[in-house]
Amino acid sequence: MKLSNTDALNALKAQSRVLLENRRVSNPVTTKEAQGLPRNVLICGGPGCHSSGGPKIAEQLEEELNRRGLSEQVKVFRPGCFGFCEQGPMIEIHPDNTTYCEVSVEDVPTIVEEHFIQGNRVERLLFKDPNTQKRFASDLPFYEGQVRIALRNVGYLAPENILEYIAADGYQALAQILALDPASVIDVIKKSGLRGRGGGGFSTGLKWELTRKSEAKQRYIVCNADEGDPGAFMDRSILEGDPHSVLEGMLIAGSAIGASYGFIYVRAEYPAAIRRLQVAIVQAREHGLLGKDILGSDFCFDIELKYGAGAFVCGEETALIHSIEGARGEPSVKPPFPAQKGLWGKPTCVNNVETLANIPPIILKGADWFAGIGTEKSKGTKVFALAGKVRNVGLVEVPMGTTLRQIIFNMGGGIKNHKLFKAAQTGGPSGGCIPTQYLDTPIEYESLTAIGSMMGSGGLIILDENDCMVNIAKFFLEFSVDESCGRCTACRVGTKRLHEILTKITEGNGTLDDIDKLETLGEIIKDTSLCGLGQSAPNPILSTLKYFRAEYLAHVVDKTCPAGVCKSLLKYQITDKCQGCTLCAKHCPANCISGTAKKRHVIDQERCLKCGACMEQCRVAGAIIHH
Amino acid sequence: MCDHASSNDPYPGLDEYIDNLAYKKENLIGILHYAQELFGYLPDKLQWHIAQKLDIPSAKVYGVVSFYSFFTMKPRGKHVINVCMGTACFVRGAEKLQAELEKQLGIKTGQTTSDNLFSLDSLRCIGACGLAPVMMIDGKVYGRLHEPEEIRQILAEYRSEPKLATIGL
Ligand SMILES: Cc1cc2nc3c(=O)[nH]c(=O)nc-3n(C[C@H](O)[C@H](O)[C@H](O)COP(=O)(O)O)c2cc1C
Ligand code: SF4
Ligand code: SF4
Ligand code: SF4
Ligand code: FES
Repeated sequence: MKLSNTDALNALKAQSRVLLENRRVSNPVTTKEAQGLPRNVLICGGPGCHSSGGPKIAEQLEEELNRRGLSEQVKVFRPGCFGFCEQGPMIEIHPDNTTYCEVSVEDVPTIVEEHFIQGNRVERLLFKDPNTQKRFASDLPFYEGQVRIALRNVGYLAPENILEYIAADGYQALAQILALDPASVIDVIKKSGLRGRGGGGFSTGLKWELTRKSEAKQRYIVCNADEGDPGAFMDRSILEGDPHSVLEGMLIAGSAIGASYGFIYVRAEYPAAIRRLQVAIVQAREHGLLGKDILGSDFCFDIELKYGAGAFVCGEETALIHSIEGARGEPSVKPPFPAQKGLWGKPTCVNNVETLANIPPIILKGADWFAGIGTEKSKGTKVFALAGKVRNVGLVEVPMGTTLRQIIFNMGGGIKNHKLFKAAQTGGPSGGCIPTQYLDTPIEYESLTAIGSMMGSGGLIILDENDCMVNIAKFFLEFSVDESCGRCTACRVGTKRLHEILTKITEGNGTLDDIDKLETLGEIIKDTSLCGLGQSAPNPILSTLKYFRAEYLAHVVDKTCPAGVCKSLLKYQITDKCQGCTLCAKHCPANCISGTAKKRHVIDQERCLKCGACMEQCRVAGAIIHH
Repeated sequence: MCDHASSNDPYPGLDEYIDNLAYKKENLIGILHYAQELFGYLPDKLQWHIAQKLDIPSAKVYGVVSFYSFFTMKPRGKHVINVCMGTACFVRGAEKLQAELEKQLGIKTGQTTSDNLFSLDSLRCIGACGLAPVMMIDGKVYGRLHEPEEIRQILAEYRSEPKLATIGL
């Protein structure tokens, strides 16, 4: 099955086209017209849908189709994440282009009977816009304004079948660049304006050029699949949904920089991604797309998987390199940069998963096409994992320059439970919080940094009025304390101090002096830490102090938590709605509720542990309040 | 992540795995992953064995084991419960879920129940943020966990039928 040259690849592509014929067709037919036609059912295989019953639904559907004699006509596939996690489990039916949301196993017989046998859409499973009550069978508002480049195949192709990838122009970009001079490939990437999607935003073409220019017999390309931002899953979706695009990106990078070997450093916490990559690598080898003399050229390249072991700092490129070498993942001083001296002392180019997934389309469609998307300095698109208090949690890919407001209120559908938007957190533990007044900021590397946050790798957490910003800052600091490798005193001890001060404030023991300390210490840590972890760890504090200072002051001066989160600052009180049922008093672990039956009870504030047990027990609305 | 033959004494399996590696010292982390899967945890004796086998100081092995949070030097319960402490879960009540589990199991995060049935741990984002707050038991994901009763029922399932760990994803 080895493809000996480009013609063989093209022949296989022509032969494999049929696999995708009945999927996302350009001119969909009606459900009635689709009867008797070959059908493809796609069941979202993203982590959210998978956990909420996707595999069971697939199994039941195949069984039911078989029972009704439809298994030849209707084929079931499990591609990667559709992105719209909130409405999962989701399924798509083609060629009549129907999307069903929140499907359960119980719905399967109805879908088979109504949709496939009667030829009618099941109205109640169609997406319903919560504002207009309008139902959508396709072109859901969630996808409006999205442009899928890195995610082009995710949720579309069956990830364990290389033939589907080949049918969808897979490895065509590789075939093209093998006929080109490496310098001109680097030129295309430079001209496209692609910048690293791992957070740093360094020009990818320039990084390739620097690595190529370092004199050496061996060079390496490393794919950073460590995805450390807690609360983000963009890279995971690409690895699971379209592993071949990452391999192809690495092959192109390898050829351009003159590397014959590549490593993918993937988190051990992503077993499904690991499995998909293993399958993809085996298939690519079988087809001669990895190995010696690829597609008849003299280019030899192979890829090995390396597993992370749960250390956030290993996402930093020098730490990652040490980890691949089998050592503790501690960062080292730059320069020398990996492009000069990296893995085993050899020039090494480290690229993020999403960066690499962008490479094949750029080669196929050209630098101008890519550079035509986005803003002046930030080209192309960015994938965000939208989560938190937003109505539509999911994965979105938007052109650079899209505003936060568009993402949160159009695609995201606004804030859950009719609460008020408070802030958007980007960049994870290295980033910051963006308040309401900056909702119209276009998303770009520079603009986000200018308002005290950062692009980061794509985590986008939405906070509402019930989130306490001091507590959020404390959450991220706790993360940084846990993950500091301990090499630099400023980072090791400093983050701990910051966390202690935040704890003190949330417990109601903070002083104005503490707020000053947070600022001065934060700046010192930023200036004196060796790697990005320490340099950015104070950001969550500094940005919340900048935009939500009043909230810090409320904790420190008024000893209240305006969002009602910090337990020690809460005050439980029994109102005159109390009916004297005595339930609360029976459950109070501190025995601090007094009162006689049928009379209003009272809480002794001095002894109250603020455990909330009373409020949980009380059956009378409004009888116990906390503020 | 890796296949291994089942037998009572896992040492020969581990040795064979190491012997078949082209590069050994460079693969220390991979070897430790394999060993943890075989043995369930990485006790001192096992670390010493690996150090001997690779001809490196056992302090180096210990240094690596202690650096990475994925590796554990303590034996774990039959079922490992991981509460997601990723940002999305945090803002949707992960702390409450963790406290409820600690209460129902009578242990703190990082500990194992005295009957060795459950270990309680935390991890960061498993990509099911839409279902936040979530927990994972032996790789199976449970989401939208707000009700103590629901959690009680899930635990009861594992208590009543000691089935084998299912790989969820
Ligand atoms: C503490 C820390 C953690 C990081 N984690 C990641 C990560 O999980 N994934 C990633 O791609 N880059 C991460 N980076 C950025 C990498 O160091 C590096 O810049 C990136 O992988 C380069 O690829 P790119 O140019 O394609 O973005 C991290 C950096 C720091 C300082
Ligand atoms: S800044 Fe922190 S994480 Fe980075 S090298 Fe220093 S101690 Fe380690
Ligand atoms: S919060 Fe807890 S300690 Fe305080 S009154 Fe209620 S039950 Fe008692
Ligand atoms: S449980 Fe509620 S109604 Fe009953 S005594 Fe307590 S506060 Fe009053
Ligand atoms: S933060 Fe918990 S699953 Fe993503």
